Amino acid sequence: MNFHPFVIPFSIGFIVLIFILLYKYFSLFYRLDHQDKSKIYKGVFSLKFFKAIKEVFLESLLHRKIFRVNPLLGYMHTSLAFGWFLIIIGGTVESKVHSHMALKMPYDPVFFNFFNTDLSMYRWANEFNFIMDFLLLIVLSGVCLAFVKRFYSKAFGMKKTSVLKPFDKIALYTLWLIFPLRFFAESFSAGLYNNGGFLTGTAGVFFSSFLPLKNLLVPTWWAYSISLGAFFVALPFSRYMHIPTEIFLIFLRNFGVKTDKIFSSFTELEVLSCPRCGICLDKCQLLKSAEISDTQNVYFLQSLRNKQLNENNTFDCLLCGRCQEFCPVGINLNNIRISQRKHFFPENNNFEYLQPIAIATPKASVIYFAGCMTHLTPTIKLAMTGIFEAAGVDYLFLDKDSSICCGRPLMIAGEYTKANELIEKNKKAIIESGAKTLVTSCPICYKMFNEDYDLNIEVLHHTQYLLQLTEKQIIKINKTNKKVVYHDPCELGRGSGIFNEPRELISHLADISKIKEEKEEALCCGGSLGSVNLSFNKRNNIRKDVLSVLQEGNPDLIITACPLCKKTLQNGANTEVKDIAELVMQNIQNQ
Amino acid sequence: MKNFGYSINKDRQIDLDKSDQRIALFVKQHEPSINICISCGTCTATCSAGNYTNLNLRKLILSVKRGDIIETKAEISKCMFCGKCLLACPRGVNTRNVILKINQAIEKFSL
Ligand code: SF4
Ligand code: SF4
Ligand code: SF4
Ligand code: SF4
Repeated sequence: MNFHPFVIPFSIGFIVLIFILLYKYFSLFYRLDHQDKSKIYKGVFSLKFFKAIKEVFLESLLHRKIFRVNPLLGYMHTSLAFGWFLIIIGGTVESKVHSHMALKMPYDPVFFNFFNTDLSMYRWANEFNFIMDFLLLIVLSGVCLAFVKRFYSKAFGMKKTSVLKPFDKIALYTLWLIFPLRFFAESFSAGLYNNGGFLTGTAGVFFSSFLPLKNLLVPTWWAYSISLGAFFVALPFSRYMHIPTEIFLIFLRNFGVKTDKIFSSFTELEVLSCPRCGICLDKCQLLKSAEISDTQNVYFLQSLRNKQLNENNTFDCLLCGRCQEFCPVGINLNNIRISQRKHFFPENNNFEYLQPIAIATPKASVIYFAGCMTHLTPTIKLAMTGIFEAAGVDYLFLDKDSSICCGRPLMIAGEYTKANELIEKNKKAIIESGAKTLVTSCPICYKMFNEDYDLNIEVLHHTQYLLQLTEKQIIKINKTNKKVVYHDPCELGRGSGIFNEPRELISHLADISKIKEEKEEALCCGGSLGSVNLSFNKRNNIRKDVLSVLQEGNPDLIITACPLCKKTLQNGANTEVKDIAELVMQNIQNQ
Repeated sequence: MKNFGYSINKDRQIDLDKSDQRIALFVKQHEPSINICISCGTCTATCSAGNYTNLNLRKLILSVKRGDIIETKAEISKCMFCGKCLLACPRGVNTRNVILKINQAIEKFSL
């Protein structure tokens, strides 16, 4: 057995780390509810297990998603994570090939070059030296980039790097030290014993020309071991906890566990998995247009971890979902925020007055639910009823005279128990009508009907429905020669994944031109009901910035598919703003 | 009583001894836009809950300012938080946050 006192710091750190991790994950697992646990039991013995392994490889090691958003940042993460991973693998194989001793200490591969100085004895020594040096070089390049990023984050196209706590600092500085120290330790060994690969070997010869390597050798290995040990001990209390946690998260997510509106220990796992990459900062319009810089999820999750949530930054987020779309860890940021809002939302609502109200529901094949917002933009409502008439559809206008809110605004403000009372009331009316299809003009209602109503009928947003009517030639529409742009509503696009239907429908009506930020990257109009306390001035500033993107190519018309977006954009636009339904109605041929 | 086709309103004068300004002060501090309400009633005209009840945001805001806790408490609970009033308000009163703040004040002062 190889031993030297300097292996002690590393070994202690390693053991402490393993114990803390086991304890944390066991307690997280233990607190999951029964359903989630059974999902995990089933998942472990299914194909999902292998899918999770693949995802861990692609995301935790190769960081594919970060690459997609920002290649330089991606390289930094990959070189560190994948490089380190390969060094561990390479080191283990190397020490296995070198001797077949049954008893191997976990530190053997780590300090291999110290204990094994005569390399002529074993096979492929040169090849191993080359590979290990090459990997070390890659990791060192990652460390350099991390160093540069800390001080010049602009080079990475990022505006602001997050602030550090004491344990983060220990972990960060030791992480920066580990690989340079390894480089020096291995080079000194190589210089003394005339071995080493292209990197450590050459450096060894160079250092030996002017440094007393004999005296420096052991202290350098000590420093290397201490930096590793300190990093391991600091890790569970620092932002780097995200590394092991993300792996656990990926497995559970693949088994089907997710965060709904209620905070669970899985949510806690998601919160811990955020590496504070800051990608969400750059995506947030509140930062760019409204000068709010403490709401973004990198900070929100941090205050949640530190149990220092404040009401303002819980409520001013638009829930636009731009940050969630680009979060490389795939954390369900909107739901986490919603789950926290209830702490600031007193349960005062009382909807008992709805109980005795009977909503008359004559039988119909299609139900049209305009939604509160559509009632404030009557032209959309008129267009839709006009189209139903023209197409000869047997429809029921459910909320024609008085509407009960779908419940989503209340739900996303944190009051989901009371929102359920609104849901039940609407749901009953929908089911009693016997309709097979529910069409709504409001993306907020659409998302709600789709995800929280548990209806056994087809739920369509009017863009989807009108596209169906057009494709089945139930309605015929003329194509105009207008040049238009399309604004993706958050709840319809990112929120419900409907990007193509509106565009296809528009292509039957006009020439659609591309804009800078669209589809998954689309900007929020600023009117979102997701935010409760954003002031009008800030909303206006957001709208101004969105309009400048939409109007850049001087289109004849801005088209959207949401009454709230329409009303918001209309107030400041130089260009006419229309809902798709209005455009269809204007150009319909049916009599 | 004989129906004359009209009724007599309750006396509207504010009894300063009974006016409880705690909610008003709390809301004004945390959502100052309540100050710019001109009682135009546009919010009330669009109100979703107003279709089924006599919830009246214009009056509610007045009740808050007049310090009428009982009235405020009875009315606020009916709101569906749908946001129609927010979109309709010509003055830019952040109505949903006003409603949230009133609710918070009720809880805070255990009214
Ligand atoms: S929330 Fe996602 S995007 Fe934001 S810092 Fe965390 S991991 Fe990065
Ligand atoms: S959901 Fe939108 S507004 Fe909220 S933090 Fe994310 S990007 Fe910003
Ligand atoms: S948010 Fe409340 S007060 Fe405003 S319109 Fe809706 S139900 Fe009425
Ligand atoms: S619409 Fe606005 S200004 Fe008019 S009464 Fe309502 S809150 Fe006040």
